[in-house]
Amino acid sequence: MSTTTKPINQKAWFLILPMLICVAFSAVLPLMVVVNYSVQDIISPERRVFVGTEWFAAIMRDEELHGALWRQITYSFAVLAVELPLGILLALAMPAQGWKSSAALVIVSLSLLIPWNVVGTIWQIFGRTDIGLMGAALLGMGIDFSYTGNPVHAWLTVLLMDVWHWTPLVALLGYAGLRSIPDAYYQAASIDGASKWDVFRYVQLPKMRGVLMIAVLLRFMDSFMIYTEPFVLTGGGPGNSTTFLSQFLTQKAVGQFDLGPAAAFSLIYFLIILLMCFILYNWMQRVGTQEKEGGGHA
Amino acid sequence: MHKPKFQKRSLFMIAYVVFALLPIYWMVNMSFKTNNEILAGFSLFPQHFTWDNYKTILTDPAWYSGYINSLIYVGINTVISLIVALPAAYAFSRYSFLGDKHVFFWLLTNRMTPPAVFLLPFFQLYTSVGLMDTHIAVALVHLLFNVPLAVWILEGFMSGIPREIDETAYIDGYSFPRFFVQIFLPLIKAGVGVAAFFCFMFSWVELLLARTLTSVNAKPIAATMTRTVSASGMDWATLAAAGVLTIVPGAIVIWFVRNYIAKGFAMGRV
Repeated sequence: MSTTTKPINQKAWFLILPMLICVAFSAVLPLMVVVNYSVQDIISPERRVFVGTEWFAAIMRDEELHGALWRQITYSFAVLAVELPLGILLALAMPAQGWKSSAALVIVSLSLLIPWNVVGTIWQIFGRTDIGLMGAALLGMGIDFSYTGNPVHAWLTVLLMDVWHWTPLVALLGYAGLRSIPDAYYQAASIDGASKWDVFRYVQLPKMRGVLMIAVLLRFMDSFMIYTEPFVLTGGGPGNSTTFLSQFLTQKAVGQFDLGPAAAFSLIYFLIILLMCFILYNWMQRVGTQEKEGGGHA
Repeated sequence: MHKPKFQKRSLFMIAYVVFALLPIYWMVNMSFKTNNEILAGFSLFPQHFTWDNYKTILTDPAWYSGYINSLIYVGINTVISLIVALPAAYAFSRYSFLGDKHVFFWLLTNRMTPPAVFLLPFFQLYTSVGLMDTHIAVALVHLLFNVPLAVWILEGFMSGIPREIDETAYIDGYSFPRFFVQIFLPLIKAGVGVAAFFCFMFSWVELLLARTLTSVNAKPIAATMTRTVSASGMDWATLAAAGVLTIVPGAIVIWFVRNYIAKGFAMGRV
C-alpha cells in the first residue's frame, strides 16, 4: 500500500465488508478447526483427549522436519534468485506493440495455465533419458543424467521445472508495470541524457516496484508450499532430497492420518510463512520509500 | 544506437520462447503418437500420426465433462472474486481506516496458507452443509486464495491512478457508484483484466482442494487426468492429449486479456 497520506474514512469498512465475509467463510472457519485439532489427541471421532502443547513440542523436536525446513528455505531462495532477474529481463525484452507483443504474451503465459500435475508429468517425460528430449540431449552430451537416482540432478530438475513454470508470472507482472509508464517519462529521460541503465534504475524499476513486490511475495509463498509438481516428478526422492514441507505435511496427515500432529505442524508451517512474508513485505516497503525519497526525479 | 540493443533483446526473447515451448512441444508431439510408439523409442516427430487420443477425450463423457466442470467453477469463482475485490481494493487504495493495514496483511496470510492445511476442515464443513460435489463448493473454496490476490493486484493498479480524478468527478456531481462504473473502471481495465486472468489461472490449475471436494458431478479435468496413472501401465498418449487440451481455455482467456495489458493505463490522458 502506498505510504502517502490518505483521507481517513471509516465508512470504507462497508466497501471491504463483502470481501471480509467471503474470506472469513473460507479461511477463518477452517483455521479454527485446525487449531482445535492441534491440541487434541483424536483417537476416533467420538473419543478425543485434550493434550495441550504436546504435539507442538513433539513436532519442534522432529529431525526430519528440520531437514525438510532447510531444504525448503534453500529451494525458495534459489527460486527467487533465478526467477526474479530472469522475469525482469523477460519483461524488458518483450515487444511492446503489434502482433509480436500479443504472440509473446500468449506464449510466455502458456506454462502458467497447465494444471500442476500435468506440469510434473511433462517434465517427468521431458527429463527421461529414453523417451524425453532433455534427458536424451543431456545423455548425448555425455552427462549421466538421472533425476530419479542422483539427488543433485533431481534438485536441479525440480528447480528448472519451477523456473520454466513460474518465471512467466514475474515477467507478466513486470510487463504490465512497464506498460503503465507514460511515454513522457522516457522523453524526459532522453532529454536529460539518461543512459539505458539510468532509465531502468530511475524510471522503470520504481514504476515496477508495486507489481514486482507482488511477484516476489507470490513466488516466495507458492514455492514455499510447492507440492504437486515435485510429487509427480520425483515423489520427494531420491532419498528425501526433494521432500519439501508440504509433502512432509501430507505424509503425516494423509499417509499416517495423525490429525493432531499434522494440525500442529500445519500451524507451525503457517507461522513460518507468515513470519518470512512479514519480514520481506516490510523490508520491501522500506526500500521502496527510501527510493522515492532518494531518487525521486525522472 | 538503437539497433544493436533491439537485436540483443530479440535474441534473448527468442531463446526464452524456445525454452518455454520445448517441453510443451514434446507433449504435443506425444499426443499425436500411439502409446507403443512413445515407449518404443525416441523421435522428434510422430512417425504414425494419429488423432485417436483426441477422439477418445472428445467422445468419452468421463473425459469431456471434466473440462465443463472445471470451466463452470472457475467462471463462478472469477466473477465472485472480482465483484467482492473491486470495492475492497478501492477502499484500501483511497482511504485509511481503523485497522486497514492489519486487514490487508491478514488477507495476504490467506494467500500464504498451504491448501493442505485446510483440506480436512473444508471437507467436513462442506459435507455438513450439503454442498459436497457441487461446482459452487469448489468456487467458494478457491476464493480463499483468489480474493486476496485480486484485491492485491487491483490495489496496485488503483494506486497508480491519481486521486485528483476521484475528486474532480465528485465535484462534477458524480455519485460513488456512477463514478466507479463510468469513470474509474475504464481506467483500471488493465488491472481488472490481469486480476481476472490470475483468478482464472489459479483456480484452473489447483488440484488438491478441487479433487477432495468433488467426486462425480463436479469432477475437475485435472482430477480426471490422474486416473490415467492408475490405469494399466501409464497411458502417456491420452494424458498428453488431455494436457494439451487443458492449455486451450487458458490460451483463449489470455488472448482476450492481452489487449488490456498491452493498452496499459490511460493515465495522463484524462
